[in-house]
This record gives sequence, structure tokens and C-alpha cells, in this order.
Amino acid sequence: MRGAAPVTRAACALAVALTAASCGGGSGAGAGGPDGVLSSSWGDPQNPLEPANTNEVQGGKVLDMIFRGLKTYDPRTGKARNALAERIDTTDSTHFTVTVKDGWTFSNGEQVTAKSFVDAWNYGAHLKNNQKNAYFFEYVEGYDKVHPASGRPTAETLTGLGVTGPLTFTVKLSQRFSTWPDTLGYAAFAPLPRAFFDHHDAWLAKPVGNGPYEVESYTRGAQMSLRAWKGYPGSDKARNGGVDLRVYTDGNTAYTDLVSGNLDLVDDVPAAQLKNVRADLEGRYINAPAGILQTLSFPYYDPAWNTPGAVKVRTGLSMAINRRQITETIFRGTRTPATDWTSPVLGAAGGYKAGLCGRACAHDPAAARRLIAEGGGIPGGRLTITYNTDTGSHKEWVDAVCNSINNALGNDRSCVGSPVGTFADFRNRIGRKKLTGPFRAGWQMDYPLIQNFLQPLYYSNGSANDGRWSNARFNELVNEANADTDTSTAIRTFQRAEEVVRDQMAGIPLWYQNGSAGYAARISHVELNPFSVPVYHEITVR
Amino acid sequence: MGRYVARRLLQMIPVFLGSTLLVFAMMYALPGDPVRALAGEQTVDPAQIAAMKKDLGLDLPLWHQYWNYLTGLFQGDFGTQIASGRPVADIISEAFPITVRLTLFAFAFTVLVGISIGVFAGLKADTLRDRALLVLTLLLISVPSFVLGFLGQYFFAFQLGWVDPNVSVEASWDELFLPAVVLGSLSLAYVARLTRTSVAENLRSDYMRTAVAKGLPRRRIIGVHLMRNSMIPVVTFLGTDLGALMGGAVVTEGIFNIKGVGYNIFDALRHREGATVVGIVTLIVVVYLVTSLLVDLLYAVLDPRIRYA
Repeated sequence: MRGAAPVTRAACALAVALTAASCGGGSGAGAGGPDGVLSSSWGDPQNPLEPANTNEVQGGKVLDMIFRGLKTYDPRTGKARNALAERIDTTDSTHFTVTVKDGWTFSNGEQVTAKSFVDAWNYGAHLKNNQKNAYFFEYVEGYDKVHPASGRPTAETLTGLGVTGPLTFTVKLSQRFSTWPDTLGYAAFAPLPRAFFDHHDAWLAKPVGNGPYEVESYTRGAQMSLRAWKGYPGSDKARNGGVDLRVYTDGNTAYTDLVSGNLDLVDDVPAAQLKNVRADLEGRYINAPAGILQTLSFPYYDPAWNTPGAVKVRTGLSMAINRRQITETIFRGTRTPATDWTSPVLGAAGGYKAGLCGRACAHDPAAARRLIAEGGGIPGGRLTITYNTDTGSHKEWVDAVCNSINNALGNDRSCVGSPVGTFADFRNRIGRKKLTGPFRAGWQMDYPLIQNFLQPLYYSNGSANDGRWSNARFNELVNEANADTDTSTAIRTFQRAEEVVRDQMAGIPLWYQNGSAGYAARISHVELNPFSVPVYHEITVR
Repeated sequence: MGRYVARRLLQMIPVFLGSTLLVFAMMYALPGDPVRALAGEQTVDPAQIAAMKKDLGLDLPLWHQYWNYLTGLFQGDFGTQIASGRPVADIISEAFPITVRLTLFAFAFTVLVGISIGVFAGLKADTLRDRALLVLTLLLISVPSFVLGFLGQYFFAFQLGWVDPNVSVEASWDELFLPAVVLGSLSLAYVARLTRTSVAENLRSDYMRTAVAKGLPRRRIIGVHLMRNSMIPVVTFLGTDLGALMGGAVVTEGIFNIKGVGYNIFDALRHREGATVVGIVTLIVVVYLVTSLLVDLLYAVLDPRIRYA
């Protein structure tokens, strides 16, 4: 903000002299107060903005602003609260009756009814619609008919969903899942207006939802202007006039714009700027835990990693890594050493248990060397950690992890990184199941439940179980936890399942990732939710 | 002349086909599955991947995909992006105007400043001002453009506050000034050096002495006799440079947040969006071909001895 006003004027004088172009105001020209519009950095979502088709954070940001589902997650505690749900009743954790609150409409005036949900969910689950989040409906009865693992679908709609009244519908799950209602805050479960089905292309060009904001204009690859929806019936109304999401080529350019006063909010401060950020922004910087856990996964389809001795080797490797040093020097405190397999954002009541990993995650080179030797040494004699180089700064930490391991083993050649150029190719190699060593895995939670940190990743054939780990005891405990109607005992059972993961060292937990954001002096009340997305509706503009 | 142009235009067809085939095959050969990558860390079921590939025609063999692409191209269809489902034509029509503006700006800067410096130095070769300009151009050639970009941003946007550091969505002319100067500075150095050498050389030639002996005014000697002959190597360079400026602005566009062609190619390559890469590269190839034809025609204007039958 170093003298923003004279800057623009001088630039205009220069520009007018040169090209006689008009000189419009930047973001600084907007009004303040409850009608003030703020600008925020954005990356253009790769996929169309359909709720059941958006699985990355940039599109998720928009959906979070223009949709409200049956539940929402508290921005601070991550706890699921009723939003559009009047109540969700069950007696057996399999049959659920959902009552939708009366009086909610979409921003085009259409009523939100039970049918808005059921139609949306049927659309999201069906194979022909190619929705990436279809697997969210896999627990609903009839999913295997509309979305078979191979071949053509044999049904049009999920048999487990039934509309019983204008505002009530029933859900039958194919298995017991006591915390299922708490998953309903995820964008994939949002209701959809008729316009979505009847005028699909027009809807995609300008999505219509039922959240605190409505889309004013959307230019692909450039900007989306969202404005507060005056008729929003919820209690979490927008406290500003709107948000302009601007696409940036990378995090550094957005940061430059923030520092020069042309942008109000950057929700991902690039690693290279972390050492300047406090001085540049005079304290207008947030570094808050997010539901992201970085781990090293192992290829269990390789028999060498699937032996009792390999358990000791993995535990030894985990103890060889100096997590504290790496998070402090490379990440400058934006990541915290992991001591369990969940995330601090769950809170102790939600299943996070600091220190669950115990000694197995503490840096102890001597014990590490001993365990690896006892386990028969690293399979193949050398550890190769596969990672992709095009997103994040993975090279730095993989090299540091290898360094830790090499130091512990006293051998400079016992661990090397194996870079893969693109994320697409990285996923391809994982999918082909030909890896012989560990690979990086970052898990960003879909909803703040301990179940989401364990079941998709470690359950046999889980949706993100890339290493194909399989353990009967773990499966049994997860089933037991899902069937439990009492949430607190369910969470304790999940933690016992997590202990199985620890004893087998199914994946090495590295660190919890924080979300970071920097903002301009003209806005305040900026916070990041557990998904590391700014809580836009609470921001006020001066 | 007409026949020459027609022949050159016909020659473009095999070049066009060859280059699209090459780029297409290279994109095909790249490792990684763009459809699979859409799902991120999640495992998607094979049925869905298969269904999406079938919809996009990505399950066909290379020759069939290329055939589909070509037939589509001749009907004005540049294909569709895999992830967003947007027509590639949309992306091109958004990105090209911005890049064309940036390129023309950089090009104008290169031509005006580069040739002036070159003539200025060449007229008094081996003097102090000639040496000084040679050192300056050497500096521009040896400093990578991203260093120049960040330096420019630092001094002109942050220290002096003359310009905004980044280019906004509209990418208006005044915002493109600094990026254009950075983008054009390397070519500027080459143009200045080429002009300088050829001016210095031609000054010593016989026809120049004749012109001076005839008693022509100095302005006419330099402006017409000297310049016209000295421009041939410069025009050759400028012609190919126009294409290079268009496609090679990836770094500059990244630094200044310009969503032009370079940025879109880079982005598409990263996500393995084959149709987008082939579409943009094809257009750049066409620009290259057309400018090189224009350069060849300009030779005839500059040197009356050159005739095209």
C-alpha cells in the first residue's frame, strides 16, 4: 500500500501521454461499508461449475458462496450445523428422513423443495453425467445400478431416494453410516434449481444457486463477479456488497497486486514470499490450520512392502524424518509436524488426537537405523520417493526427507527423489500400480469428519487407497464405527482403527498443512475456514 | 508476382499439415492421462474414465483422432477442452487479441527504438557513442527477460510508482507498455546491432560516395539511399521475430499476469489439453508463414533488383 493513490495517477498521466487510453480505477475505487465490493485472487476452475463435478478448491470457493446445502460447517470449529435441514431423523443409521426448511428459494425465485435435492443427487450419481464427485453417493442404495463399475447403467435414478412430500424425502443407505448426515455440507449434496436441468448451458455460463451470493457475471479465464443476494433467507447473510474473483497466472503475481494495492485478498501466499509477508502486509496475514494432511504412501501391491519386516522398515523411516526441522526451515511454520493421521481442525471432540502416533513419529535416528536393519533393510536397497514437480514445492521437502533418511542411515545413497513432470503423469503412474517405492500423497478433507481421513485412504478398495493397503482388523473397526449411532463412541472406534494404521505404519504422516492468506487494509474480519477457503460472507469493507 | 504469391500460399498447405501432425503426435506421446488427472487424488472408477474418453474421442487410435481433428478444423471447429468442456475457439479468440496487442506494441518499440539506435551508432562507427550503445545492447542480450521483467516491475511499479505492476483483465494499451518494453528489449538489441553493422558497412560503399558526389542533401542520402539498402537483413530478422514474439511471451506474460497465448499454451501443456495446444500452435505457424511471405515481398520493395516471377 505504499502510496497507492499517487501511483495510479502518475501511471494515468504516462499512459494518456503515450496512448490516450482511458484510465479506469482499480479495486481501490469501490465504495466501502456494507455495499463495498472486495477483490480476491482466484484460479480458473478447470471443470464446469457443477456442484457434483467440482473437486478442487477454486471451484469449491464459488460453490461455497452461491450454494447452501442441508448442512454447513462452522467456519471456526468445523462442526456440521443444520442449514436447509429442518431435521434429519434415523433410528437405524440406514434409513434417514430429511425435512427441508420452508421458505428457502433459489436466487431466481424458485422454491427449494425436497425434489431440488433428490433431482440434484440423482444427476450427480448417474454415470452418463460424468460427475467427478459421483462416488459421494456410493453409500446410497442403488448406486451400483446408476453407476456400475463397468458396463452400462441399468437404472435412471437411485432407488434409495424417495420424495415423500413437498419438503420431505427419505434416504436409504446400502450400509450403516451413523455420521452420514454430517457429510451433507459438502458441495456435491447441494440442491439444484430446474434451470440447471432445463437450460444447462445457460446455467453453466451463469450459475444460479441459493447461497448468500449470486453470480453477476462470469468471464472464463478472467473474472467472476459475485454480488450479495439481497433476498437471501439464511442467517449468514453477506456483510459486504460482493466479491470479484480475479484469475491470476500464478500466486506471485497475485501477491504483487496485493502489495501494490490492486487486490484486497490473496488466499494462498506463495512459499517464496513467506519471509517478507509480515513486513509487507504489516500483520494482515493469516496462518490457520486447514484439513490437509501430507503423507507418504506405499505400494502394497509390491510384495516386498507387504511383509511383517516391512512394517518395521516403514516405522523406522517415519522415525528417521526430522519433521520439525523441515517444517520450520522449508515451510516457515506454515505446516506443523503430524502426530496422528487426521487434522487439528477436527478438534479433540471430532477425533483429532495429538500424539496418537507416539514414538513412531518422533525423530530418533538411532532407533530408526535399528528398526530398518531389523526389518531387513529397505526393499530393493534404496528408497525412491515419487512426486510431481508442477504443483506445490514438493522437490524441496522430498529432498529434505531423503536427506533426513540418509543422515539417519549414514548412507548418502539410501534415499532419492523421483520427480515426475506433471500431475497427470504422476496420477497415471500411481494408477498403473508399477511403483516400487513410496509416493507423496496430500489428502484434503471433503468434510470435517475423522471418517474422511481414514476410510477413503485405508479401507480395502477405498476411493483414494492408491497403495491398495488392506487390513481386515481396520475394515472391521471402520464398519463398527460407521454402524454406531452414538457419535462419540463412533469416533473412539475410528481412533482404534487409526491405531491399526499406526501399528502397521500404513502411510507415514508428515505434516498438517495450514492455509495462509494476506489482505489489504480496507477489509477486515478475514478468516479461513477448515478447508482453507476465506469466509467471504463475514468480511467487511471499510 | 501474383503467381509467386499463389505458389507460396499453396506451399503453406503441406507445412500446415505437417506441423499440426507433428504437434498432435507429440501431445499424444506425452506421458500422463488428462482425463484421469481431473479427479485429483481420488480414484475414479474406470467406467467413468472410459465414458469420458469415449465422449471426447480420446479412445481412438492416433490417426483417427488426427483425422477427426483435421475434419473438424476445416469446418471451423478447433475442438473442445477436456476439463472445462469449452470450445478451443473461445479460448483462442480471447487470448489472441491480447497477445496481438502486446506483440504489436513490442514490435513497434523494437522497430522504432532499435532502428534509431542502430542508425545513430552506425553513422559514427567506432566512436564513443557507438561503443556505449554496443555495451548497452550486449547487456540486453545477456540479461534474461524474466530478470528484466522483475527489475522493471520493481523500479517502475514499486519504487517510482509510474505503472501498475500487473496487467488487468482488459489488458489496455497503457498497462501493456512495460511488458511490451520487456518483451521487445531482446529483439531491440538484435535489431540495433544489425542496423548498426549494415549502416556502417553501406556507408563505405560506392553508391554512397556517388550520392555524396552528386551533391544530394544529407537527409536524402541517409533516409533513402542508405536506409533502403541497410534494411534488408533487419527486415529478415523482424519478420521471423514477429512469430517468436507471439509464441515466446510465456515468461513475460507470466510475470505481468497477462492471459495471452503464451500463458494459455503453458497452461494447456501442463494439463495435457492436446486440442488447445495444437490449435494455438497451428495459428502461430500460420502467422510465421504469412510474415515470412510478407518479408520476401518486402525484399522486392527494398531492392529493385529482386523480382518475383
